[in-house]
Amino acid sequence: MKVIETRKLTKNYGKARGITELDLSVEEGDFFGFIGPNGAGKSTTIRTLLGLIGATSGEMRLFGQEVEQKTAVSKEAGRAGRRAVRQAREELLARIGYLPSEAMFYSGMRVGELLRFSAGLRKQDCQAEAKRLCERLQLDPARRIEELSLGNRKKVGIVCALQHRPELYILDEPTSGLDPLMQREFFALLTERSREGATVFLSSHVLSEIKRYCSRAAIIREGRLIACDEVAALSRTGARRVAFHGQADLSGLTGIRDLQRVQESVSFLYDGAIQALLQVLSGARLTDLTIAEPDLEEVFLHYYDEKGGKQI
Amino acid sequence: MTVFWHEIRLNRMSLLIWSAAVGFLMMVCIFMFPEMQGEMEEVGAMFSSMGSFTAAFGMDRLNFGEFSGFYGIECGNILGLGGAFFAALTGAAVLSKEEKEHTADFLLTHPVGRGRIVAGKLAAVAGQLLCLNGIILVLAFVSMQAIGEGAAWKDLLLLHLAYFLLQLEVGAVCFGLSAFLRRGSYGIGLGLAAVLYFLNIIANLTEKARFLKYITPFGYAESADILTNGSIDMGMLLPGLLYGAIGVAAAFIWYARKDIR
Repeated sequence: MKVIETRKLTKNYGKARGITELDLSVEEGDFFGFIGPNGAGKSTTIRTLLGLIGATSGEMRLFGQEVEQKTAVSKEAGRAGRRAVRQAREELLARIGYLPSEAMFYSGMRVGELLRFSAGLRKQDCQAEAKRLCERLQLDPARRIEELSLGNRKKVGIVCALQHRPELYILDEPTSGLDPLMQREFFALLTERSREGATVFLSSHVLSEIKRYCSRAAIIREGRLIACDEVAALSRTGARRVAFHGQADLSGLTGIRDLQRVQESVSFLYDGAIQALLQVLSGARLTDLTIAEPDLEEVFLHYYDEKGGKQI
Repeated sequence: MTVFWHEIRLNRMSLLIWSAAVGFLMMVCIFMFPEMQGEMEEVGAMFSSMGSFTAAFGMDRLNFGEFSGFYGIECGNILGLGGAFFAALTGAAVLSKEEKEHTADFLLTHPVGRGRIVAGKLAAVAGQLLCLNGIILVLAFVSMQAIGEGAAWKDLLLLHLAYFLLQLEVGAVCFGLSAFLRRGSYGIGLGLAAVLYFLNIIANLTEKARFLKYITPFGYAESADILTNGSIDMGMLLPGLLYGAIGVAAAFIWYARKDIR
């Protein structure tokens, strides 16, 4: 089953771009990475999925269920129809745990009070799970929200998103503000939930996280989806990172990008004819040579390099 | 109910401070009455000879020498302004603060419909106004008993009811505005309450501006009219209730479909 599916999903903020005709598909059980720099449309996509903002056009489905747009519902459905849509949306939200990129909460409350408030809104008793998560993340429930550092506020957000054990986790830049040890603990928690069958939708611009934990990923650029595949497949491209130490005449080769030369150490991305490359290298005087697949960072940078020529 | 109790918990200090402040000022006024009673004839004569100013505050129709007249003018102004400001602040901030303080993402991604959130917050505003007036009424009643004017409280209940309705109207209109606002809600709320207060003063000054009494809730909460007639003017109250209802309806309709930024 597709847990998240969008078809030509578009959101405009007046004349400003949000997302444009986004076709996204996340299968049940996926650990899905959503990659893009700031302002690419990651948060807009997530906020549209969660109903915080209404889509301008397009369709979306969550857990295989069509999510009606608020504006369309108001115009076309009667009171009973609106109530049914509202109920359906509430049922969908009950199955989702969301961590916003900026974890902001009510000042004047203690962490424990906030966690109970969140559980109360879900009409669930999450005390045992909240206690377990607080212990693992080293979060003191007695602390006041306004006294918390950015990282500790993030931990509160993580516990709120995880304590009701949802089926789908939507996490918007979840590790910003967390120290490396906490990042590791957080991903350990997510991996456990993923093994139990939950779906994880993780928005990030930290590519090492995506590469390490995600099975599939999509890249968004200027509001448009430009690639969506298995993480391994995204990295596995026709291009190769060639690095050698020595002297070689590369002037006859086409398909060289990102050429870096430090004295006799040369490195470049190559997506030209492999036979031509071997011919040049076989006649060169080299002391070392590696030809490898480019890593995800290089693929990502390529997608974002407007002058990068054709896509890998 | 979760949203209702959450709001009450978040605002309990503000509610207690406003209740204590308005109640304390009213108590001070009430306890001043016995001391001033002997001089009230002179004071009354002075106030009644101040022309437009006298009419503006309804002092031409109330006897300052009687406790109810004194209470209507002095305590009425304190409760009228203090209560309206509290209602405006509470109503104007209750929805807009979620976006201003970036807590809307947290709240609205829980499985609670926006309609239920708006209803919970509206109930919390009304509940706080009820508490404010309850506390003030108790403090005023105790003070009246202490100075031996306890018999007057029945006459003054209608006045308190009118001010409660005024606060509900101001709170409801500001609640409606709150659904549209992201920032500046406190200033707009306070400004609106102040403008409504002064509209009533202008309406008292000249017959030509009397129509303003149908716009401002201070029109039907005028102490002089209520204590003189023994009733609240329904002709002014009904439009006020309508404005409040429009504010509430606007909040429900707009908040259900607005984009949360």
